[in-house]
Amino acid sequence: MAANPFILQLVNSLAALLLLLSFAMLAQRRVVTLVNLLAVQGAILCAATLLLAWRTGESHLYVSAALTLGLKVIVLPWLLHRLIRRLGVYWDTDTLLNTSGTMLVGLLVVVFAFGLAQPISALASTATRSAIGIAVAVILLAFLTMITRRKAMSQVVGFLSMENGLFFGAMSATYGMPMIVELGVALDVLVAMLVLGVFFFQIREQFDSLDLEHLDSLEEET
Amino acid sequence: MEFAVLLGTPLIGALVFAVGGAGRRAPEANAACSLITFAAAVALAVRIVAGGSLTVAHEQFFIDPFNVFLVALTAFVGFTTSLFSRPYMRVEMKHGRISAGRLRLYHSMYQLFIATMLIALTTNNLGLLWVAMEAATLSTVLLVTLYRTPASLEAGWKYFILCGVGIAQALFGTILLYIAAEKVLGADGVSALLWTHLNAVKGQLEPRVLSLAFVFLLVGYGTKVGLAPLHNWLPDAHAEGPTPISAVLSGLLLNVAIYAVVRCKVLIEGSLHSSLPSRMLMGFGLLSVSLAAFLLWRQRDIKRLFAYSSIEHMGIIAFAFGMGGAVANFAALLHMTVHSLTKSAIFFAAGHAVQKSGTQVMDRIRGLMTVSPTVGWGLMLGSLAILGMPPFGVFASEFLIVTTAMRDQPWATPILLLALGVAFAAIFGRVQSMVFGETTARRLPHSPALLPVFVHLAIVLMLGLFIPPYLAGWYRAAARLIGGG
Repeated sequence: MAANPFILQLVNSLAALLLLLSFAMLAQRRVVTLVNLLAVQGAILCAATLLLAWRTGESHLYVSAALTLGLKVIVLPWLLHRLIRRLGVYWDTDTLLNTSGTMLVGLLVVVFAFGLAQPISALASTATRSAIGIAVAVILLAFLTMITRRKAMSQVVGFLSMENGLFFGAMSATYGMPMIVELGVALDVLVAMLVLGVFFFQIREQFDSLDLEHLDSLEEET
Repeated sequence: MEFAVLLGTPLIGALVFAVGGAGRRAPEANAACSLITFAAAVALAVRIVAGGSLTVAHEQFFIDPFNVFLVALTAFVGFTTSLFSRPYMRVEMKHGRISAGRLRLYHSMYQLFIATMLIALTTNNLGLLWVAMEAATLSTVLLVTLYRTPASLEAGWKYFILCGVGIAQALFGTILLYIAAEKVLGADGVSALLWTHLNAVKGQLEPRVLSLAFVFLLVGYGTKVGLAPLHNWLPDAHAEGPTPISAVLSGLLLNVAIYAVVRCKVLIEGSLHSSLPSRMLMGFGLLSVSLAAFLLWRQRDIKRLFAYSSIEHMGIIAFAFGMGGAVANFAALLHMTVHSLTKSAIFFAAGHAVQKSGTQVMDRIRGLMTVSPTVGWGLMLGSLAILGMPPFGVFASEFLIVTTAMRDQPWATPILLLALGVAFAAIFGRVQSMVFGETTARRLPHSPALLPVFVHLAIVLMLGLFIPPYLAGWYRAAARLIGGG
């Protein structure tokens, strides 16, 4: 494993881009753009995985790069776009916090994430360990996206972005999980999206909208 | 061999039912599949108890007394529930609540759900454990929304998103565990997630990362256990899905989730040399017990009532595992068994009560004893059992847990006793008026088949009076494996 500072720098810049995209997703109100951002995030993840695979010569990283490309850049965004068109949800303007407020909370979350990642980076022996903080930040920002959004579709995008963060964390700390686990996780994500597709149509059939405000009647006293 | 049958039958069953094989005989075929699975589980259990632990398929699967006992329990309740669901779903179809297509989905997902739980229980790979737990959620989401009512869709969505987020935390925990393990076991990517290998080197794993990992794993799998304050999905999913699903969710899935937590705790406690995992489990456990006990008072829906009771009991089990040690672990395992048998029996009886009265609102269910004595007695005895009345088995396990708490954690005893008392008053009052209240309804011409209810309650009664030495030895071996305390 020859030290190649250039490639390492490249991976680190890709990591920074991932973080930037997370912030963009946090602010974005157009659902279609949100899905596109998710696809770009997937593409960056795929590029980072490829670079690492080339640098470390670990063949299973090529497989997971291919998985990322297939699933997160092509299949899932395509499925989501189709759903958006069929269901006609284009905007998610009604958030819990306004954009600047969300951004400020997001900044705090990033600081917290780097603190959280400290012991993990100290333990990891990979060259990319400095990126672990970014991975944790991506996970937490995606979580924040899910909390602040009302539309089911944006929550799902947040969920998938969280998955991206987890994947990036595993990659930068250990050069990826064992193959069998990665395949299983990918399968679960795919099935989850299919279930969701079915589910969205059921919600729409009932409520004529994908606004989660309708899903607010099961309170404690009922 | 037994093992292949155990996992293969439900998987093949799920596939066959999905493409519509078995046609009109699907309910019977469903029961047959479950029976074969149960037979395989019993054969496997006999072999493990006689011959000790064993690993299968390149160590990807690992069976020891702890998980084989849960495998047997899961297969048994899966079988009795399939017996119950046959007449129950037929009535639902007659009432027009589901179509033939959805019944097909129901049977397919039922078998898939059993299969994922069995994989989660038997896998040696912590990554696969995660995958199976997530698959268990996914296979039940569409079952919770089977009736397609607005309330059931809401419950399904809540279940999907909350458990999805929860399980993502667990994945992060698993990754952290892998990072720590890789340092010790090497990065060949094969052995570093295998529980048996990790267990052998648990003393050398880096404690700071592992304590972080445990927090994420506990929050993640704890969401599925329904530990407060992550329990929000549980009552909705139980109340809105079909009753057989409520029974298996409550009786089995929660057990499997707590199994995952305990497996992780064993590893991490061995590495930390501190009581952090135990204290966290005890804290979450006590919080769930007390919160659920008070929330029980506010319930009006019969299935929600018993769903909250499940949260309470999961809290008790988590607390007992948190205390650790031979006696508390023994009691927790016993409690898992009796809770799962009793709670599924209650859901069977409650399901019939709901079908007869056409409502889940408790104020409108009255005089079950007049309408149908079997349903009335089933619900009454089941409730008495779950409330920890002697001579039922729940009394034995709760008694053991409370007395151990008095000795090891005296501060927790008053909280536990208060919560148990509050829960008793809440549930008993409701059930009494449902069973004995005045009614204008007439007696049913024929009583429903409630054999599974009484079989479950008979086993719970037996466990309260006398635990066969064979079974006791088995529990003890499992309790020793969990250790702690």
